[in-house]
Amino acid sequence: MLRYLALRLARAALTIVLVVTFAFVVLRLSGDPALIIMSPEAPVEAIEAFRHAWGLDQPIWVQYLDYFRAIAHGDLGVSFRDGRPAIELVSERIPATLALTIPALMLKLGVGIPAGIHAALHRNSTSDRLVMAGAVAGFTVPSFVLGLLLVLLFSVQLGWLPSGGQESWRSMILPVITLGFGGAGVLARFTRSAMLEVLGQPYIRTASAKGVPWRQVVRGHALPNAAIPTVTVVGFMVGSLIAGAVVVESVFSWPGVGRLLVVAVSNRDLAVVQCILLLVASTMVASNLVVDLLYGVLDPRLRAGATAGAH
Amino acid sequence: MQFVTDPLVRLRDLSVRFAGVPALRGVDLDIGAGEAVGLVGESGSGKSVTWLAALGLLPPTAQVSGSVKLAGEELLAAPQSTLDRVRGGRVAMIFQDPASALNPVQRVGRQVVEALRLHRGLGGAAARAEAKRLFELVGIPDAGRRLDVYPHEMSGGQNQRVMIAMALAGEPELLVADEPTTALDATIQAQILDLLRRLQHEMGMALVLISHDLGVVADMCTRVCVMYAGKIVEEAPSEVLFERPSHPYTQGLLAALPAMVGPRRRLTAIPGSVPEPWNLPPGCAFAPRCERATKACLAPPDFRSMGPGHIAACVHARELVMA
Repeated sequence: MLRYLALRLARAALTIVLVVTFAFVVLRLSGDPALIIMSPEAPVEAIEAFRHAWGLDQPIWVQYLDYFRAIAHGDLGVSFRDGRPAIELVSERIPATLALTIPALMLKLGVGIPAGIHAALHRNSTSDRLVMAGAVAGFTVPSFVLGLLLVLLFSVQLGWLPSGGQESWRSMILPVITLGFGGAGVLARFTRSAMLEVLGQPYIRTASAKGVPWRQVVRGHALPNAAIPTVTVVGFMVGSLIAGAVVVESVFSWPGVGRLLVVAVSNRDLAVVQCILLLVASTMVASNLVVDLLYGVLDPRLRAGATAGAH
Repeated sequence: MQFVTDPLVRLRDLSVRFAGVPALRGVDLDIGAGEAVGLVGESGSGKSVTWLAALGLLPPTAQVSGSVKLAGEELLAAPQSTLDRVRGGRVAMIFQDPASALNPVQRVGRQVVEALRLHRGLGGAAARAEAKRLFELVGIPDAGRRLDVYPHEMSGGQNQRVMIAMALAGEPELLVADEPTTALDATIQAQILDLLRRLQHEMGMALVLISHDLGVVADMCTRVCVMYAGKIVEEAPSEVLFERPSHPYTQGLLAALPAMVGPRRRLTAIPGSVPEPWNLPPGCAFAPRCERATKACLAPPDFRSMGPGHIAACVHARELVMA
């Protein structure tokens, strides 16, 4: 078990290193931050001075090694734009993003999973078809389209809710629905197919054949088995709590991490972009790790190392 | 077989259709208390469907008609609560592939305890002690520790023993064993069959053994029903069926078995294949494969009595015996 955990941790660390490296290379090759920040009309000496000050005149591999050395010391760099540490800029935006993504996750779980279970238990009924139609709409309509439609209806036409900004809790309603709808659709479809798969298994028939009432068959035998594939999707959603709202934050001008990322990329504010990507990669990798460990809890067949002694 | 009083289970004209396609076409069958009856036939002949239908275990898309009486009480239209009490309580069922018939994420002991709680109201330590006793009864070594393992940690034979222990938990009057050894190794097969035979005698319960293996059925059962294309085509006491099979299909099945004694002979396979259920021939479903088929076989054959407890659904049955 420890060996397994160590292996998984090593793989997680490698994933993060790869993401950071990729981002580093692509960002350095896709435009000169000095020209963007200083404007191309600036005197050559000023641009050179900027490059020198930020180490941009060094060969890329030197910059790369310096960057990793700094990370190892907990230094994630300083914003080119206002000279504040990148980590500070990013972390002050995190609460705003979580204020959208956590309620949206609740919405996904609270609507998607029950809807999927209901659809599976009433397969081919009218309610099944309705749920599936809603689910397909949920994950095929892009969030910027849905967001704009909601704004058009509830802000422009009806005037019930603000179209953007962060004034009160009412500003959260539209972005949360926009974020949650698609995920709820994905989860409903996934839960439904996981349940249908499980309900067709012989052990479900066995449970009925031994006299277990149907509700208890569903609760005690079907759901614990159907949870195993569903956890994967939920894990992915948890992993994207930080970065999953880039588009929606832009549509609703919400001051979160996503908007910061868009602005930082267009400004070539490398330290900030890299800091956000590192954060995103870490949360995704961490939630993946938790999912893997959860598998072991949910499915005894995967606890190979832990139960080898039972044979 | 005729019963003076009600038999334990009485099936009358039991029929099943899936989306209009017949899977079972009017099965009449009585099972007496403590009796061992074999049900043989090829895959798709309706052996399993008969008992899944009788216990209401088919999906809701199946249209079931006819009558299923357990000690005089009708089960087909019975409320769900009655069925839940009967299943596992009075009639238990075990299945072909024990590895997939047990819930993979639950410890086997807990699955047995669930049946004990439902049908005998046992809980806690009492249920666990009884589960351990059942494990010992079905020959699981180190029973106390084995309660806490998962199905994937046991062999197929051990899992089938768990299934049997679970089936015995409700002290059923009838155990329906649906191909209980098909998925197991030959040596384990014999052990499981021995176990079933012993338990049937010790507990005095009736046994329905569903199998495509005539040898297994002959060994275990006093009476055998042969099924073909959703119908029983011949029913007889075991020794009679093997000595004087009357239906051409039964004769074909026996001719396809290697003889244990006497000179070696070429095995004869039945020509053709089982008709598709949505494309059944008129009259006798076996006629297209039968070398004795005549015009008379275009009408549905009635059962003819061939001797005590021996009936066959073939218009040529009597001449066959004479011949």
